[in-house]
Amino acid sequence: MDLRVKLSGLDLKNPVMTASGTFGYGLEFAPYGDLRTLGGIVVKGLSLKPREGNPMPRVAETPSGMLNAIGLQNCGVEAFLKRRLPSLPWRETPIVANLYACDPDEFGELASILAAEEGVAALEVNISCPNVKAGGVLFGQDPALAASVTEAVKKRAGNKPVMVKLSPNVADIAAMAKAVESAGADILSLINTLTGMSVDVRTRKPRLANVVGGLSGPAIKPVALRCVWQASRAVKIPVVGMGGIASALDVLEFILVGAHAVQVGTANFIRPDFSFRLVEELPALMQRMGVTDLDELRGSLKTG
Amino acid sequence: MPLNRCHDVKVIALNPHGPEGLEHGLWLLELENPGFPDVRPGQFAMLRPPSWGFDPLWARPLSICRALPDRWVFNFLVAGRGTSALTRLKPGDTVTVWGPLGNGFAVEPGTRTLMLAGGIGLAPFVEYTAAHPAPGQLSLLFGHRPPLSCYPYEDLARLVPCESFQDKTPEDIPRFVALVEKHMSEHAGGLALACGPTPFLRTVQAAAKKFGVRCQISLENRMVCGVGACLGCVAADKDGHNVQTCTKGPVFWSGDITL
Repeated sequence: MDLRVKLSGLDLKNPVMTASGTFGYGLEFAPYGDLRTLGGIVVKGLSLKPREGNPMPRVAETPSGMLNAIGLQNCGVEAFLKRRLPSLPWRETPIVANLYACDPDEFGELASILAAEEGVAALEVNISCPNVKAGGVLFGQDPALAASVTEAVKKRAGNKPVMVKLSPNVADIAAMAKAVESAGADILSLINTLTGMSVDVRTRKPRLANVVGGLSGPAIKPVALRCVWQASRAVKIPVVGMGGIASALDVLEFILVGAHAVQVGTANFIRPDFSFRLVEELPALMQRMGVTDLDELRGSLKTG
Repeated sequence: MPLNRCHDVKVIALNPHGPEGLEHGLWLLELENPGFPDVRPGQFAMLRPPSWGFDPLWARPLSICRALPDRWVFNFLVAGRGTSALTRLKPGDTVTVWGPLGNGFAVEPGTRTLMLAGGIGLAPFVEYTAAHPAPGQLSLLFGHRPPLSCYPYEDLARLVPCESFQDKTPEDIPRFVALVEKHMSEHAGGLALACGPTPFLRTVQAAAKKFGVRCQISLENRMVCGVGACLGCVAADKDGHNVQTCTKGPVFWSGDITL
C-alpha cells in the first residue's frame, strides 16, 4: 500500500496531517501516539509576537461541531522556534508552520524567520481566521489582498513550499484559489472555519465573548467537500482538504473530490489519539476498497 | 514519553448518589481502571462514550473521585447535555477515557491542611483523603445545596474531622462566607485546598489573602481537549496571561490566578 504524497516539494509519508489550532504545537499529543507516524503536523498559528487571544468564553459546542473564537493565542515565533520545534520529530515528520500577521510586510517578515529554520518543512499562510480584528479573514475574502499576502510570503520563503489556507466565507472559492495560485502559492489548504454564532436564550447572550466564531467539526464537512471540489478543479497546484474529517472514509471522500492530502482538526478533540488511529485505519479501508494507491482515487468523483 | 494514554474502558456501574441523587442530578460512575499509573488527587480525566457519535461532540472533564486498582470512580453533577447523556450509560457500555490530566493538589504531610469543598467540588477530596500519608493533618469544610446524602461526604467524615453547611436560601450565603473566614482564620500557617463553583473559589481566594493562608484552588472550566492544545479553557494568571486550566491547572496557587 503506497500512502506517500508529494505536495509541491513537501513530501508526506501518508496523507494525514493535523490541522493548525487543533493540535497545539504537536507535543501536547505525544503521549497519545507516535508523532513520527503522521503525514505532517501543522502547528498552532504563529505571529511575530506572542498573543493572548480573545476573552473567555471562547468555545461553544454545537450540533456535530463547535465554535471557537480563540483569537490566535500563541507563544510567538521566537518561543516556538527555541522551545517547541527542537523537541518535535521534524526529521521524520514534516512540520508546517502556520503563520498569521496583520499586513503583507509582517507576513513576509514572519516567513523569512520561519523559512530559515531547518525544522520547518513548509509554511501555511493563514488568511482566513475569522477571530481576529486586524487582517484575519479579510485577507481571505478579497482576491487582491490574498494575492498580495501570498506574494509577500513567497518572496521571503526561500525554497520552502508555501501553502495558503483558504476561507469558505467567500462567494467564489474557485476565484480565490486561482488568485493565490497566480500569486505563487505552491499548495492550497481548505477550508478554514465557517463564521457562526451560538445564542443562550436563558441569558439572552451569545455563547462566545467575541459574539461570533469559527464553526468546525463534522457539521461542516459538506461545505468543505464542495469547496475542495470547486477549488481543486480551478487550479493546477495540489490541494489539502479539511473540514469535519472524522473517519478514514472521510479522508477518501476528500481525495475523491480532488484533495491530495487532508488535515484533521476538530476530531483531535473527540479523542486525542484520533489522527494516529486514522493513519492506522486508512490502509485497511483502501484494501477493502481494492485501492492500492491514492492516485487511483484522486479527483475521480463521478458526477455525470 | 508513555504512549496510549487514551483507552476504551467498560462501565462497571452507574447510579444516582444516594436516595435523593436522581432528583438532584448527582451520580456515581464506576469505570474499569484504564491502567494509567500515578493518579495524583485533584487530577481529572476526559470521558467520552463512542456511542455519542458526533453529538455531543466533546468529551467531559470529570474529577477523579477514587482511583482504585480495579476501577476509577467519578461523582458528577448533571449540568448540561453531556453530563445528562452520561447518565444514560449502562454497565458494559464503552467509554473513551484519557487522563489522569492536570496537576493535582499539593500534599504536605507535615502541614495542617484544610479542605474546602463547594458542592460537587467535594469529589477530588475523597481521593485526596484516602491517599494522604498523614490524614490526621486533614480537616474539611463542605458547603452544599442538595442533601448531604447526594455526596460521598460520609466517606470523608469517617476519616477526618468534617463540618458541613447546607445553603438553602440566598440568605444562607453570608453565613457560609463567615464560616469559610472562621476556618481560614484558624488556619494561618497551614495549607488550604479548595474546589467548587467560581463564586465559592472567589470567597476562598479572598479569605486566604485576608488571613495569610497558603491556598490552592481547583478551577472548574469548560474544556474541549484536556491536553492543552485547543486553548478553550484558559484562565488569566496574576500577570494577565492566559494559561490553560487543563494543563497548567486545574489546581493553582490562589494568588497566581485571577477569578
